[in-house]
Amino acid sequence: MKYRSVFDIVGPVMVGPSSSHTAGAVRIGQLARRLFGEKPAKAVIRLYGSYAQTFKGHATDVAAVAGILDVAADDPRIPQAMDLAGEQEVDITVLAEEAVPEHPNTMTIELSAGQHQISVTGISIGGGLVQLTRVDGFSLRLSGESPALLIFHRDVFGTIAAVTSQLARAHVNISHMEVSRMERGKVALMVIETDQRVEEGVLSLIRQLDHVRKIVTLDV
Amino acid sequence: MFKNIKDLVAQAEGQGLRISDIMLQSEQEETGRSRQSILDTMLDNYRVMKAAAHRGIGGVTSHSGMTGGDAKRLRQYLEGGTYLTDPTFLKAISYAVATNEVNAAMGIICSAPTAGSCGTLPGVMLALQEKLGKTDEDMAHALFTAGAIGYVIANNAFISGAAGGCQAEVGVASAMAAAAAVELAGGTPSQAAHAMAMALKNMLGLACDPLAGLVEVPCIKRNAAGAAGALAAAEMALAGVQSRVPWDEVILAMYQIGLAMPHTVKETALGGLANSETGKAWKKKLWQKAGDEQA
Repeated sequence: MKYRSVFDIVGPVMVGPSSSHTAGAVRIGQLARRLFGEKPAKAVIRLYGSYAQTFKGHATDVAAVAGILDVAADDPRIPQAMDLAGEQEVDITVLAEEAVPEHPNTMTIELSAGQHQISVTGISIGGGLVQLTRVDGFSLRLSGESPALLIFHRDVFGTIAAVTSQLARAHVNISHMEVSRMERGKVALMVIETDQRVEEGVLSLIRQLDHVRKIVTLDV
Repeated sequence: MFKNIKDLVAQAEGQGLRISDIMLQSEQEETGRSRQSILDTMLDNYRVMKAAAHRGIGGVTSHSGMTGGDAKRLRQYLEGGTYLTDPTFLKAISYAVATNEVNAAMGIICSAPTAGSCGTLPGVMLALQEKLGKTDEDMAHALFTAGAIGYVIANNAFISGAAGGCQAEVGVASAMAAAAAVELAGGTPSQAAHAMAMALKNMLGLACDPLAGLVEVPCIKRNAAGAAGALAAAEMALAGVQSRVPWDEVILAMYQIGLAMPHTVKETALGGLANSETGKAWKKKLWQKAGDEQA
């Protein structure tokens, strides 16, 4: 089930004019910001498909910037997000791309601050709901509706079992999980959605495991 | 939980409940929230709908300058007393237009099921509240019926113009409003489902072709049509008229039509009205203006 709550249908309360192009874009921006974990110095927003065609009319770019600045979808400051970015000294670049995406409402957000950077691709599926489809080149499918761990690790047997055992010991229930890799034996990504937030103590145990490179957390 | 309309109606009628009660129960099971807190959220959403509609009636204009003031015009026409139909019908279309005018002006609205189609459901609900003398709490309860219909359609098809055309936005909103209207009038769950199916059937194939890609023309007036269609479907269902095509088959047909539609009429501003001479002129004017501001 893509939609799980009646308030995905009658709701959300939001600033117009488009749930896919405005509220959805705020949401993708917010998720990118939360995965990044801090205020970026620079943000590049790449728009594809219907987003690239119609972003000016729907203020899709402005909405994505609002999300990157962690402004909520029902915040009346959304129309002023570009000015807000200026005040917060976040450098914004918006690019309408020609490439035809799989989903008509697709956007890639690249955030950076010094050496720290992330690339997040999301799609807006309607009614303000979104899915992240790519993080740093890895395919995934993340709604952002539940807390999640993104664990970058070496593609070696036993690593997944070691991580999930730590979660089991901490009594954390996994609601959804997927694994993807770019090349056998190289870096892979585990995406683990959980019913509750994972405590810092458990995260540090996972961080110490062999073959675990980096953990990115998503809180909701 | 329910997967389709047949299942939803069977659960409601099996327990002697309304569709809204079943949606409310599922929401409790799915989210673990209390019944009262869920009801409160819906009441808040209903009040957002009301506030947006009344703001629109007062008169707003979009940033593009393409639309605005029509809800106010409709209200003055209603007050003039020379209308063809009746006040409930006229209120439904004027509140629908009002809400979408506020949306176009980047005001605060409640998406139902989307922002582009946010006027249809409040249009019908606000008009019926005045007609039937219901409380806000009664209205919020009926919104769960609208939500249940939208929930099934969203999970079995789509609710975005980019994915399925306007039939997936205003069409779905009209279906949601029709079912809620039947429940408010005391109809059975089956009658609500028939109203849903008839309203959706009458919107099948509707393109999403907004001028310059803005949620303004024809979106705002289509919400009035969605509200009018919902009232027509609700009246038919309450009279005992049934949809000849079963409820869930109508939803599947909407899905298949949406998949088959060319991308030019799925919110890309490339085809249909967006590609008319006037549409092209607006695109040129507005997109250039936006470009100049950025440069």
